[in-house]
Amino acid sequence: MIDPIFLAEAAVNGILLGGILALLALGLNLIFGVIDIVWIAYVDLVMLCMYLVYFLVQVYGWPVWAGGLAAAALGVLLGLGVHLLIISPILGSAPINQLLATGGLLFFLQSFATFLWTTDHRSVRISLPSYEIAGIFLPLTRVIPFGISILVLIALYVFLTRTFVGTAIRAVAQDREAMALMGADPRRIYLVTSAVGGLMAGLAGTLLIFQYSVHPFFGGQFGPLTFMICVLGGLGNMVGAFVASFIMSEIISIAGVVWSTEMGYVIAFVVFIVMIFARPGGILARRG
Amino acid sequence: MSLLELTGVTAGYGAFTALWDVALRVERGEAIAVVGPNGAGKTTLLRVISGVLPMRTGTLTFDGAPLGGRPAHEVVAHGIAHVPEGRRLFPNLTVADNLKMGAYLARARAHYHETLERVYGLFPVLAERRTQRAGSLSGGEQQMLALGRALMSRPRLILLDEPSMGLAPVMVLRLFDLIRRIREEGYTILVVEQNVRQVLKLVDRAYLLEVGRIKMEGRAAELAEQDFVRKAYVGL
Repeated sequence: MIDPIFLAEAAVNGILLGGILALLALGLNLIFGVIDIVWIAYVDLVMLCMYLVYFLVQVYGWPVWAGGLAAAALGVLLGLGVHLLIISPILGSAPINQLLATGGLLFFLQSFATFLWTTDHRSVRISLPSYEIAGIFLPLTRVIPFGISILVLIALYVFLTRTFVGTAIRAVAQDREAMALMGADPRRIYLVTSAVGGLMAGLAGTLLIFQYSVHPFFGGQFGPLTFMICVLGGLGNMVGAFVASFIMSEIISIAGVVWSTEMGYVIAFVVFIVMIFARPGGILARRG
Repeated sequence: MSLLELTGVTAGYGAFTALWDVALRVERGEAIAVVGPNGAGKTTLLRVISGVLPMRTGTLTFDGAPLGGRPAHEVVAHGIAHVPEGRRLFPNLTVADNLKMGAYLARARAHYHETLERVYGLFPVLAERRTQRAGSLSGGEQQMLALGRALMSRPRLILLDEPSMGLAPVMVLRLFDLIRRIREEGYTILVVEQNVRQVLKLVDRAYLLEVGRIKMEGRAAELAEQDFVRKAYVGL
């Protein structure tokens, strides 16, 4: 029998991981919900941002906050670049072409990163204290990224619900032509959406590099999981993706303690497959 | 100079031509109806004016500015608000957010609160339901929201596409009353409508559109007197 304290600790770790997964998933899901395109290479953009933070902070000795800001800026540029160079020219074509194009970007980025930086695993090590509360260890290297994730998600929520542009992003997702009749250029709304999605990637990259090492195939580690969370939450459904992030992170974390990390992923994928049959529209979809 | 003037407008979809050589003008403060049977090209005409559908040939000037070929989001910035067929609300946004999107233009945003009060004054039911999803409103309320959303952009010309479509008869009468009130506030209106008898009572002039061509034009009262219009559309 497993000591309950380990399970409690796993549950807490699941929540801490869930915050960052939510950041990843909501960035990807925002783009899907508005532009109707899945950026297969989304987590590979995160990987590039992680490398930037690694080089700036670990190699060149920049302060962490400056590295994070630089990664956020890179994320925005990558988001704009992917939209303008890859998505925009094929916006009207069949969905399979868009999948192939962003899938092609994935292979390009992986090979590009391997070519430049080899397959070495690199990580940024900063030492921060751990606190023990009721027998559960809370390392600040995980608590702080979680806190930042939640703050960023709240900011995203406020942006999407309170501002004109954020509301327009949600409106374009529902009726693009009607929003053009309101005076919004849909192409500009798409650009803003891609920039925000890229910003999420940059911020997630910054938070991840302090817990995981980066390598050219980092996207393979988190990409399927992120995509799975989006589908589980309902593609385009932001609240659903948020909830699904924590469901998945809890499964992985608790099953990881009870059995093994590999088993955690196996169970997560089984739950995913079962849920897809049970609720194909996502966990929060209305039953039709 | 007319507020809106179309000359020689031809437009269509793919190989199909929906409008042939259409000429039409709207003066400031006028209410104009375009009537005609299903498939005559009435909706296409409004879509061409608001820039949703590019015209093939012809000219379109609004307050002296040539707007032919401009995309929809630029046309609305000149002051043309289009209430499209089927209303096209944002069903998952609240009533208040739908109205907010009506004021998306920078020019309209500056007067957002003031215009919102006016729209709520005109349609008190929208104020009551401001936190509800637009998709949960009744048909009549949805049409009011569509009208209110168009007013939020502070337009100089309002295009209305079949405002009475899908509404119960009693609601149709109320809606025409509301459109009359909007008229009396000084707005210029171009309305496309199947409900010919009602709409001819509302407008100053009307155009009769048949298979993509303007067949007749005149004062609303005179047009209603024409024998064939009466028989074919008014049903008297």
